[in-house]
Amino acid sequence: MAFTLPKEAYTGKVYSVTIGTDDNTVAFGGENVLPFHIFEGVVPNRPVIAYEIQDVPPDDWPENIQKPFETVSNDPVTWAKFCQDVLKAKAITLRLKGTHPDRQNRSPEDAAKTVKDVLSAINVPLIILGSNHTEKDAAVLVAAAEAAKDKNCIIGKAQEANYKTIVAAAIANNHKLIAMSELDVNLSKQLNILITQMGLDREKLIIDPMCSALGYGLEYTYSVVERIRVAALVQNDLTMQAPMLGDIGMYVWKVKETQASEMDMPQWGSTEERGITWEAVTAIALLLAGAELLIMRHPRAVGSIERVIEELY
Amino acid sequence: MLNRDKGPIQDIATTQWKAGAGMIDANIGPAEDSGESLMEWMVTTIQEVVPLPICLDTTNYSAIEAGLKVHNNEWGSPLINSTSNDPERFPMLELAAKYNTLIIGLTVGKGGLPADAEERAAIAAEIMARTMEYGVPLEDLYLDPLVLQIATSQDHALKVIKAIRMFQELNDPPMKTVVGLSNISNGCPKQLRPILNNYFFSLLMYEGLTAAIADPQELAPTVKTINVILGKALYAHSYLEM
Repeated sequence: MAFTLPKEAYTGKVYSVTIGTDDNTVAFGGENVLPFHIFEGVVPNRPVIAYEIQDVPPDDWPENIQKPFETVSNDPVTWAKFCQDVLKAKAITLRLKGTHPDRQNRSPEDAAKTVKDVLSAINVPLIILGSNHTEKDAAVLVAAAEAAKDKNCIIGKAQEANYKTIVAAAIANNHKLIAMSELDVNLSKQLNILITQMGLDREKLIIDPMCSALGYGLEYTYSVVERIRVAALVQNDLTMQAPMLGDIGMYVWKVKETQASEMDMPQWGSTEERGITWEAVTAIALLLAGAELLIMRHPRAVGSIERVIEELY
Repeated sequence: MLNRDKGPIQDIATTQWKAGAGMIDANIGPAEDSGESLMEWMVTTIQEVVPLPICLDTTNYSAIEAGLKVHNNEWGSPLINSTSNDPERFPMLELAAKYNTLIIGLTVGKGGLPADAEERAAIAAEIMARTMEYGVPLEDLYLDPLVLQIATSQDHALKVIKAIRMFQELNDPPMKTVVGLSNISNGCPKQLRPILNNYFFSLLMYEGLTAAIADPQELAPTVKTINVILGKALYAHSYLEM
């Protein structure tokens, strides 16, 4: 008797989200099966990796992750163009880190100008993130969303403490929105409900369940991502059918394993290889859990994940 | 209905659809005179305004057939309400086979009401055997334990709950089940009826009830809450609003 592959059918489906404008769009999500279960259903899009850049030089990044960008990272526009033209980025994430009150405390107007400059220099879709200071982000992201009006960007992250103004800005300026909650599937659902009750189409939402690095709580993120995806597909929960984000780079490149020198930790091997591997392993774990959009830093880690995606499809 | 006034019927159907009903029960009673045209009118009147299948509720065989002929299957399969262990109701299975519909099997016989859960299950097994003889797949059969009034038959409430559990064990995959819910509170003071309906319904849901003929508006918070408690839906503070 011929072998028949057992197949699961799911009642729910993840929304497909398209960002960017004209011919320079990229889409992710849209599947009605668990990650990489291509044999079971429809998987219209592959996961997308967006390179991370900052509005200010990355002097808080460890040396090994500053290095690939050392000639370009003094200026966000040059940095963005480098990612697009040299690294062939499919999308770029601009993190407005310099707006944080404990950093350069750049104003919303400064942030808006950076957004405009970067947008006029690149064609690929842009993801605009605040500095993760909930109060300041509310002001910065409103200005940034206006500066990027109708460019179909993703803005974020809207959190419980600041979502109202950011959601309004996303609606008014036609952007997609990242809703972030802190590693809790129920709070994630609640935030999605509150956001859609404000009038944002649920198809414009991207869930950030909060990332974490390998060795630093990745298993928590993994299981929250998994539970969100099961709610979407198995329970057909309309509030949980947004694609999910893995904001990998910022969590990976601050843990000890990506920074400790070979001199201090000879048994851990090359610092550079270790950091790249750490980022890649964290990324692949989240892809397997269900994330469709990754924000990453190291070109070699991105390259290896793109190869994995290529091979699995 | 008798005046063929579409308005009130369509209003009720629309309200129930919006409250989350998956099907509308069109009960025309025994309808011995002109049942055919009445059922036809009911089915088309309801399906004009709501995209749902209809549960055809009458003892009149030809009225059911008339309803099935005009039923719009685009919205789902109609449900015949009902066959039972009473030989007069066997022909309903012919209709289910002929029109490829779902059908309710009410676990009563000619001899009167079932005494307990075990008797309900025994009748259910007979109905199941007959259903297969008529060529209707068991997954299209919904077993109904017959809910009785709590005010007059209090001990049957628990027997019905137990029957819902037993019915499911009669087959693998489990048999589907249905109840006419509001009968539990029939004859009770008005203010007690929603309370009785909701609590009884939550116990039945816990036992795995598949469907209920009931007022979806009245039950919505219970359905959502029990789904959350049973882990069938994800909790969020606003879950009742969804």
